[in-house]
Amino acid sequence: MQTAIMIVANYPLYIRSVPTQGELKFHYTVHTSLDVVEEKISGVGKALADQRELYLGLLYPTEDYKVYGYMTNSKVKFVIVVDSSNTSLRDNEIRSMFRKLHNSFTDVMCNPFYNPGDPIQSKAFDSIVSTMMVQAF
Amino acid sequence: MESLTLSDVEQKYYSELFLFCDVDNTKKVASNGKVLDLFRAAQLSNEVVHQITELCGATRLGHFGRSQFYIALKLIALAQSGLPLRVESLNSVRDLPLPRFVMGKNEQEMRHVVMFADTENQGPYLPRPPGRVQAKKVSAHEMIQPCVPTVDPQPDTTSPVVSPHQSPPTSPHAWRKHKRQASGGNVDRQPSVPGVVWPPFREAQPGPVTGDGMWSAHSPPPVQESWVSFTDTPPSCTLPMHPPSAQLQQENSNGGLLLLTQPESTTVRTVPSAMTTNEIQRQTSGYDDPWKITDEQRQYYINQFKTIQADLTGLIPGSAAKEFFTKSKLPILELSHIWELSDFDKDGALTLDEFCAAFHLVVARKNGYDLPEKLPESLMPKLIDLDDSAGVPEPDPEVGFSASPVEVTPNKSPSMPSLNQNWPELNQSNEQWETFSERSSSSQTLTQFDSNIAPADPDTAIVHPVPIRMTPSKIHMQEMELKRTGSDHTHPTSPLMAKPPELSEETKLAAAIKFPGTTVGDGYSSSDSFTSDQEPISSAVNRQRSHSGTSPEGLKVVAPPPPPPRPNASHSRSSSLDMNRNFAAVPAGPQQPGVVAFPPAVPPRPLPTQTSVPHGHRSVEGDGLPAITSTSPQQMPEQPNFADFSQFQVFAVDQPADDGEKPSDSGQVERCAETTGTMRTAKNDVQAEERNATTVNSAKVSTPLAPPPKPVRRRLKSEDELRPDVEDLPQKSTVIATVLATQPSIPRSIGKDKKAIQASIRRNKETNTVLARLNSELQQQLKDLLEERISLEVQLEQLRPFSHL
Repeated sequence: MQTAIMIVANYPLYIRSVPTQGELKFHYTVHTSLDVVEEKISGVGKALADQRELYLGLLYPTEDYKVYGYMTNSKVKFVIVVDSSNTSLRDNEIRSMFRKLHNSFTDVMCNPFYNPGDPIQSKAFDSIVSTMMVQAF
Repeated sequence: MESLTLSDVEQKYYSELFLFCDVDNTKKVASNGKVLDLFRAAQLSNEVVHQITELCGATRLGHFGRSQFYIALKLIALAQSGLPLRVESLNSVRDLPLPRFVMGKNEQEMRHVVMFADTENQGPYLPRPPGRVQAKKVSAHEMIQPCVPTVDPQPDTTSPVVSPHQSPPTSPHAWRKHKRQASGGNVDRQPSVPGVVWPPFREAQPGPVTGDGMWSAHSPPPVQESWVSFTDTPPSCTLPMHPPSAQLQQENSNGGLLLLTQPESTTVRTVPSAMTTNEIQRQTSGYDDPWKITDEQRQYYINQFKTIQADLTGLIPGSAAKEFFTKSKLPILELSHIWELSDFDKDGALTLDEFCAAFHLVVARKNGYDLPEKLPESLMPKLIDLDDSAGVPEPDPEVGFSASPVEVTPNKSPSMPSLNQNWPELNQSNEQWETFSERSSSSQTLTQFDSNIAPADPDTAIVHPVPIRMTPSKIHMQEMELKRTGSDHTHPTSPLMAKPPELSEETKLAAAIKFPGTTVGDGYSSSDSFTSDQEPISSAVNRQRSHSGTSPEGLKVVAPPPPPPRPNASHSRSSSLDMNRNFAAVPAGPQQPGVVAFPPAVPPRPLPTQTSVPHGHRSVEGDGLPAITSTSPQQMPEQPNFADFSQFQVFAVDQPADDGEKPSDSGQVERCAETTGTMRTAKNDVQAEERNATTVNSAKVSTPLAPPPKPVRRRLKSEDELRPDVEDLPQKSTVIATVLATQPSIPRSIGKDKKAIQASIRRNKETNTVLARLNSELQQQLKDLLEERISLEVQLEQLRPFSHL
């Protein structure tokens, strides 16, 4: 079962997928989903950093997976890709995952040694994301 | 001292020796100790050593300068070669072998001597280490070739102690072997010297020890190895000695030259200098736990902290910390990791503890330790006390939080751990958030009532919850305000009923404060400080007082309406629970002097002034009384149910009996009872009341101890409540009048029972209304509090670190 978590600020900042291969596919997915995100944002026009969800459903007939999106105040987008076969995931869980992601991301940002725009290389962040992925998927 | 001319070899050798002896790294003076050791190692007699020392001029100078040292060495060589020690011979003797020194293996813990077996020479020939041998061999002169034993070609013949570059344990073995070999040795060579074991040394590499205090050694000081490889002279050498030529084994030894010129060459591997070692040892001595910060280090960190931020309790902003730690030249990724480990509260700034932890990690990383994944316990910042030494372990962040509502007052703080972030920066613990000690709903636990108070008089059976702990929380104040403004009764905080002695001062005060706010609408004013006994009396008095319609300013005591029945111990604010009990007892009350099921809210019917019955009333001396007495007779006959008075009178009388001034009042009670038994005339009643009042007052006065706080209370209240009570009186009188109006025609002749029942019914109804109002208010408050709680919980959830997953 393939799942992935990606953080994108119009270019990938962080990508983590389980299993770790096939990342290229996720890259592609991210880019396509970004378009949809833009669509949604321009449509809604909300200025608040509400938790937004991006549910794409079946992107390809052959591969079914769901892509969830989330955007922060600073226009950083989090994308979670899960297999549709994993139907046990509820919306609330996804939201909580995004919240945790956001928290960890904030902590990474707080690190003065991190330059915004750099790929995220924090081990702590990695561990948190891994834990989350293992837990949820 | 004649000048000394040394051959190149000698020059090098001597300089090497000098450096060896130059423990202090002065390059000028060889330490005496070392020099003497060296000389002794030359296996010369002490006498000879002394002579040499003297000759070289060291004794004159008192120290071994370079020239003296060289001279001494030369003399040693002379002595070893058996030549007489003479200064003249220093330069005259040519081909003087180099002095040989035999040093013990364990002269210094950092020095290990490895002896190499010289395969070819079978004896005290020390082969070069293979590597060196190879290198040297390349340039070796053919003459030297045989002299340079190689380890490789004759591995079998070499003793098993072929010198690894670091096999100290083997060296004694080898050495002994050499000795054996030497003893067995060839005739060609001198067996005298099994080998020259040269304590190798080398100038400390400047690298490991940096100026910024970084330590180059790890916690267990790495074994400082030194070894020496000697290549002994080939058998063909006629020299009995094998002058080792010390060579700096560092890269640029002119090995070739030496090989050509010398049958032997020694390679000396150097080792960090003793000084470095000592330094390292000193610096690492504190490490039991590699992450523990020693005091010295901590002080250093603190000083560094001060350079950035003078205030030790302040924070270092992230940018400043970044600059500071970037100076350590660690890669940014590692610095980032260190930051993540040490910034506990993730606030982007470093407290002193965080800073020390970060610095410590930087230091460790510099020394080669790998960074941990999680912050070690000894580096965790302490939560509370800045003065504690590092190493207080903190609970995991996964430890649950228990929230307490925000409105918990400071009085509740004893129950909360001091984990609240006392430091603005953070006594860092894993828990970044406050931990609340309890999840308590304010409405329920803020006040605790002592439900164990047994009524002194079982008949009264009015158990009023006495608050054990008064928490003047704002909630309470709010509630009190509400109570005051809203309606009526019970102060949740000061439910007093029948036990004045147990009343706390606070409650009384609170009640006192509350009184002004009590409305008249209900007869159940919150007279917290009331005792049920007082109420009837005061009410009676008030009744009479109000008859006059004049609110006697002189009447300092206006009793507020008796409070509603005290709430249960389990409720802080509800009232009413004992009503049934109270009311049940009421009907039987009148006949029984002892029964004082006094419904606190019962306003005496006939008199509108019934309402405010300040117990302070009692303390009012005669001023009010005459007025009362004067008015009462007039009003008495007007009130058909004046009989109620008698009831109350009885009650009132009874109350003091309950109260504790019993002895003095009991007689009155009896008297009253008697009088009430008959349809007293107004006068009688008045007189009785008067008597009662007076007696009660006198009793009160005479028994100041009875409830000492009560008079105080009353007085306090009286001032406050006089005016409002005065206003209350008319209101209450209207209420009472209306109530009374409902039964205008009840003839007295019906009987006390009926009247009593009706009175009780009325009382109940009034109580009901009051309680209903109270209930609604409480419900509203409860809703508000629940909303607050929910909002707080939501906030907590938002703030809760995700790491708990």
